Amino acid sequence: MESTDRGGAAGAPRAALRAALPATFPVFLGYTTIGAAFGLLLASSGLPLWAAPAMSLFVYAGAAQFMGVGIIASGAGLAELAAATFLLNLRHMVYGLSFLELYSRAGARKPYLVFTLTDETYALLSTVSVPPGVDPDRFRFWVSALNQSYWVLGTLAGTLAGGLAAFDTRGLEFSLTALFTVLLIEQTRKVRSPLPYLASGACAAAAYLALGPSRMLLPAIGAAGVLLFALRKRLEARG
Amino acid sequence: MDSLRILASIAVMVAATAATRALPFLVFRDRKVPGFVPFLAGYGPPAILTILTLYCFKDVDWTAAPHGAPELAAAALTAVLHLWRRNTLLSIVGGTALYMVLIRMV
Repeated sequence: MESTDRGGAAGAPRAALRAALPATFPVFLGYTTIGAAFGLLLASSGLPLWAAPAMSLFVYAGAAQFMGVGIIASGAGLAELAAATFLLNLRHMVYGLSFLELYSRAGARKPYLVFTLTDETYALLSTVSVPPGVDPDRFRFWVSALNQSYWVLGTLAGTLAGGLAAFDTRGLEFSLTALFTVLLIEQTRKVRSPLPYLASGACAAAAYLALGPSRMLLPAIGAAGVLLFALRKRLEARG
Repeated sequence: MDSLRILASIAVMVAATAATRALPFLVFRDRKVPGFVPFLAGYGPPAILTILTLYCFKDVDWTAAPHGAPELAAAALTAVLHLWRRNTLLSIVGGTALYMVLIRMV
């Protein structure tokens, strides 16, 4: 497998893993905790327990998973679930667009790297520099794989705890509101113009008043999309 | 709950999520990215996050006591914690813990 002429630790698979472990430690703390909260929430929502690890393995998008539990448990339709998931995860497109070059030579690891590009993995990979003597593609693979393993680990712990013991989890669902509040604040650091927030907020309020809480989501999203494109020239002029 | 419906729901979420991650790589492998794509990817998230954050408050009964006070207080604490320390975990755990305490008191 490993060619000897690369010498020392340079190409050694373990060197990349050893470098990725400390680099991902902050994500370990965050993902195990929020993953556990997700597992607990799912266990208390009435969905079957297998849905929790299934989502963390194959969806692997924290905010979408929290939101999905609520939408599925409320009995809303698949179209609504698809639209909300796609639009919520639209921000991943920015990550993909900025990593087009970086991942172009990743070879067999590329599909996994693309599939696991979460907020935190992107943040980490775009800021941490690959330690000298470590294969960059292996390093990025291990960062991505370790992060997902933390998320799955936390999910399993939370699901088991929630399935075994009857916790009083009333109010735990607020973690979704808190998560969105945090994501929204983070978003204001990237997009500073108040226009998209005000325009979409007005659409949400109008849809809530006109259609009521259970039917507001899709119309609000649709109206905000139309309004956003109508404001495109003004937004892009601001830079 | 019907397993098949849950399986279908998860499949829909897998497809929708994977699409957002894979599309840039599949579509723009060696083609120029048209202008509306970065526009949508840039201004879509603030719009959808605003809507989804407000959507979280959709079932609050503003007309009856406690008039959404636990929700507003917990969201405010989350925001203050996040503006202060910018630690996602602290903000979420702090806000959720306050909410869980408040709804048991009122």
